[in-house]
Amino acid sequence: MSDTMNSLVPLPVLLPLLGAGAALMLSKRPQAQRAVTFGVLVAIVVIAAFLLVAADRHGPQVVWLGGWTDIGIALVADRLAALMLLVSAVVTLAVLAYSIGQGMTGDEAETPVSIYHPTFLVLVAGVSNAFLAGDLFNLFVSFEMLLFSSYVLLTLGGTATRIRAGTIYVVINVVSSMLFLVSLAAVYAAVGTLNMAQISQRVAELPDSVSLTLQLLLLVTFSIKAAVFPLSLWLPDSYPTAPAPVTAVFAGLLTKVGVYAIIRLQTLMFPDSPLTDLLLWVALATMLIGILGAIAQSDIKRMLSFTLVSHIGYMIFGIALATGAGLSGAIFYVAHHITIQTALFLVVGLIERRAGSTALLRLGGLARLAPVLGVLFFIPAMNLAGIPPLSGFLGKVGLLQAGLAEGSFAAIVLVAGGTLTSLLTLYAVAKTWALAFWRSPAQAHEMMRALPGEQDPAAEAGSATPHMVRHRGHVHVGSVAFGESDLDDARRVADDDSSDKDLYQLIQEDALPQHLPYWMTVPAAGLVAVSLAITVVAGPLFAYTDRAATDLLDGTPYLSAVLGEDAP
Amino acid sequence: MDVNLTLVIVCAALVGCGVYLLLERSLTRVLVGLVLLSNGVNIMFLVASGRAGTSPLVGSSDPEDMADPLPQALVLTAIVITLGTIAFLLAMAHRSWQINGNDDVQDDTEDAAIRKLAYDDATSDSYGLTTDGQHEDDPEEDGAV
Repeated sequence: MSDTMNSLVPLPVLLPLLGAGAALMLSKRPQAQRAVTFGVLVAIVVIAAFLLVAADRHGPQVVWLGGWTDIGIALVADRLAALMLLVSAVVTLAVLAYSIGQGMTGDEAETPVSIYHPTFLVLVAGVSNAFLAGDLFNLFVSFEMLLFSSYVLLTLGGTATRIRAGTIYVVINVVSSMLFLVSLAAVYAAVGTLNMAQISQRVAELPDSVSLTLQLLLLVTFSIKAAVFPLSLWLPDSYPTAPAPVTAVFAGLLTKVGVYAIIRLQTLMFPDSPLTDLLLWVALATMLIGILGAIAQSDIKRMLSFTLVSHIGYMIFGIALATGAGLSGAIFYVAHHITIQTALFLVVGLIERRAGSTALLRLGGLARLAPVLGVLFFIPAMNLAGIPPLSGFLGKVGLLQAGLAEGSFAAIVLVAGGTLTSLLTLYAVAKTWALAFWRSPAQAHEMMRALPGEQDPAAEAGSATPHMVRHRGHVHVGSVAFGESDLDDARRVADDDSSDKDLYQLIQEDALPQHLPYWMTVPAAGLVAVSLAITVVAGPLFAYTDRAATDLLDGTPYLSAVLGEDAP
Repeated sequence: MDVNLTLVIVCAALVGCGVYLLLERSLTRVLVGLVLLSNGVNIMFLVASGRAGTSPLVGSSDPEDMADPLPQALVLTAIVITLGTIAFLLAMAHRSWQINGNDDVQDDTEDAAIRKLAYDDATSDSYGLTTDGQHEDDPEEDGAV
């Protein structure tokens, strides 16, 4: 039993890589390409489910690649890794179905369609590898795999906005990769191994100052990936410009890979140094500053990107407590948040399809225009805000209880901060709901015209050549004086992908699609259903994350599975 | 563990220059900065591997005298990855030059708009729109649907 399960461990990495090769060869035959990609992802969901059961019943499943026990590269699927693998597989499957329904991110004619599927599969391989890696260098390589495919996906089509956003994203991530390499060199110099289980054993012998330096180096590296404040500023800048399914999968998975790495770092490699106070304050700043940013946004995609940053704070909160309840809550929250954030971004993609824009100023009356869309947005939005009885509420309750049980001053402040963040999230999504779904399009049109400095877009249609105070493309804002029309121009340039008309005008001109695209709606609805299912199975899931957290804090199951009998 | 001071100094110099260039606006300079930075980091791996020794082939010499082969393998992997990244960044710099006529990293206009609002001490675009009295009982409310 255990042996057959063992051989499944490398498959979530191997299958998508082989599939990527096959999909690349099939680039002339889109149907076959889709079938390959879809088949691979379905297979990974099944394998991940088997691994979850195996890891739960028989302990961590370990494979030493090439049979080089103790000196080779280990892949480990313990309870935490298997759960992450399953959730990410389900989410990527839904996103893939959505993007097939969208006609292959076909929002631009010039998008090189044939590379989408192979790149997506490499991304999946990178994410799976990151969850399974038992070796720090393997973790680095999987980060590079997923980052590289994310560079390509983010800049699909090479339009001006995507290149701008992509530049920031690529440079930030390359810097964090360099930092990761620096940490790897330092770790290797200090302990002579990069296997996480071996590091865990040897780190105790290091002087405190050395091990703290190593831990902080790795923590900063992973915090950039996870978008923890103050290392989160790149995220809302780069995510919203990508095609909807790409943003969805990034928002769902990439930051969570960073959170997963932080969990491993804090529990497996440096269990004796939880850094509780530091992480608690960082978590508080992430939550509050993220959500305040979200409130200031006037575009749904950007609003959601800021809530994404904000809710990373909850996970860091749970990790910082370093108690069983805290970790369990954090793991539950990661699983919940992956599905919910992806679902929301998919729904926003639908809004963009149906109403031609995601700018709140232009939208209105969607609840009447497309009731299904209203339901699909409302459920995950309320879930994000943590309204009972949805899973967001349960996850937050778990975390807040863990914080109260910890009982220190910082933890109590964090409980208050978490509650406040939850309320502010409700405010942000309720504002979106009121503006985009409840007021009528005519109202929206009137209000937009009433904005100071905003003329009727129809009156100047055609003559709208944005002219900005720019110096080699920089908008000068800050202590420097602004040009007369900077703000209007910025508003217009900010979504120059869409037309300049608001929803009211589009309805008047009958320029909108009459129905939601069926094959995009079904996957989005499926993912919303999965998020509801998490609510239904919350009891067993919490029991599972409790067991996973106990494993993590104990450490022995992981260490003895990887190192054999000679583990402590 | 023996540490080669020359390597440490070279590494520090490369990383320092790399970080300086990374802070530039022009993507090409950022690119050069990355090349320097990654070379510095690779040298750091050589520092981490300890004293140089004989080639690590089984049976060719006493294992005590051999150089540590693992950091070299890691450096090779890192070099390959950096090569790919640099190529991609070059392509992006070229594309940016095609679109904008320069390869400067651009500001985010949406951010600029919000910063301008803060500078003017104005409310956000969507603030108070629904509570705006003059629109509350708009007779056109249902007209458009």
